[in-house]
Amino acid sequence: MKDVKPRVKVPSEAKAGEVFTIKTLISHPMISGQGKDKDGKPIPRDIINHFSCDFEGQNVIAIELDPAISANPYIEFTAKVDKSGTFKFTWKDDDGSTYTDEKSIKVG
Amino acid sequence: MTLTRREALILGAAGSAALMLPLPASAAAFDDAVKAFTGGATPKEGGVTLNAPEIAENGNTVPVSVEAKGASEILILAPENPTPKVATFSFGPLSGGASASTRMRLAKTQDVTAIAKMADGSFAMAKTTVKVTIGGCGG
Amino acid sequence: MMKRTRIGGIAAAAAIAALTAAGAVSADDAKAPDTSKTLEIDGTSIVTHADAPKNIPGLTKIYSGWLFRDASTQDMERDDFDNPGMNFAQNGIDDWSKVDGTAGKSCASCHNGISSMKGVRTHMPQINKAGQLWSMEDYINNCRTKRMGAKAWGWNSASMQDMVAAISVQSRGMPMDVKTTGDYAKYWKEGEKMYYTRYGQLQLACANCHEDHYGDNIRADHLSQGQINAFPTYRLKQGKLISIQNRFKGCIRDTRAATYKEGSPEFHALELYVASRGNGLSVEGVGVRP
Repeated sequence: MKDVKPRVKVPSEAKAGEVFTIKTLISHPMISGQGKDKDGKPIPRDIINHFSCDFEGQNVIAIELDPAISANPYIEFTAKVDKSGTFKFTWKDDDGSTYTDEKSIKVG
Repeated sequence: MTLTRREALILGAAGSAALMLPLPASAAAFDDAVKAFTGGATPKEGGVTLNAPEIAENGNTVPVSVEAKGASEILILAPENPTPKVATFSFGPLSGGASASTRMRLAKTQDVTAIAKMADGSFAMAKTTVKVTIGGCGG
Repeated sequence: MMKRTRIGGIAAAAAIAALTAAGAVSADDAKAPDTSKTLEIDGTSIVTHADAPKNIPGLTKIYSGWLFRDASTQDMERDDFDNPGMNFAQNGIDDWSKVDGTAGKSCASCHNGISSMKGVRTHMPQINKAGQLWSMEDYINNCRTKRMGAKAWGWNSASMQDMVAAISVQSRGMPMDVKTTGDYAKYWKEGEKMYYTRYGQLQLACANCHEDHYGDNIRADHLSQGQINAFPTYRLKQGKLISIQNRFKGCIRDTRAATYKEGSPEFHALELYVASRGNGLSVEGVGVRP
């Protein structure tokens, strides 16, 4: 059983137009599809294949992830916004699941 | 105490099997991935900063970061992996600059490659060699 | 006097066996790591090197495994967000107050907040009321089965190691301080004997790598002193938390021996002894290791 849990780190406040760092991590085994089980049968691929971050309807970053991404995918990137609002984070799993998280920021 | 070459090889094989990192991709798969991204254009060197450790402590988790000022997309490739694509970053209007970091799996020592699609439609490229070694304490 | 040798290549394990079989190497021959690097995890200072405890004659200084790592791995442990192991510790913290089992209790029902576990990790393993040496995993399962009416967790299960990590984090920065005398002496001596006993086809004792050759390379791996103050640790290789006794199993297997199991009396004794070799180093509360 996968125990998938997303985590995000966004500063609570920023100045309008200031560039700041966002960090994200999601617990996920990222099964590459290259491995084999004890009986020599291939273990089917199961990865987080897509990540996106949006802010009030506008995109910050969208990422296509491949099996070469390590277990518990870690992604760090930068953003800049000119008003207060909420970041939405979305991870898509090969098994059809979608995991989301949200974080608000105050822009003064 | 001595160890025969055969025994040493068995020991080595046990270590690499535990890594679950199988056959390298053919050069064709790498070329195809590049072509799909660039549409056949030849990327020029420079304009992309690619950072990864010179020697990876473990090939299963290797930190990597890329930056290409003015890029709309960046593709990271590991040419010697079974599937050469690692990640494709597309930067939106609220991106703070075309930069990102992640952690990747590398099957063996290779030239990790980043290709950036610039705003004017041209492509820029950077490479960095990461040495991946099989450890002594497999698992 | 033996010349210090850098070990590399495919038959390093054999080489190290041959080396140590050829003659004793004094502890001072091993390579000290760069102690100018300091570890602070989210504001908590971590003691990564100290004088060796008096009852460990083979070492003059003790060093956390963190000091033997590359800069990128070291950095991963500096920040709780960058350390994927902390995601799992958080699962344990969440489980602390989750009711499980027929008694309708959670850990918090008896122990209140998880901060009540502060200091516990520093004196594990510990002798229980019945006089047996128990690891933290045993205490957790005892609570689960006897008090909560819940199923025991497997030693290496994610739930168990998440909880061990969550409890360990409460003692972050506190010095390891396991007992070695009195009732503990017989276990400690058994553990010490194991530490210096050669196992497996490669005829390697713990001490051959972790006392005689820390700082050297075994193939591409940089040998540490095998300290356990940072356990459970997030291993980059497996991408998950690894328990102390699971790591013991890995080491003994690498000597090409049949290994003991997690939870065996042998591993309990070894855990006590190895923990005592690190008395004085801080509990790291989820290390990051390759």
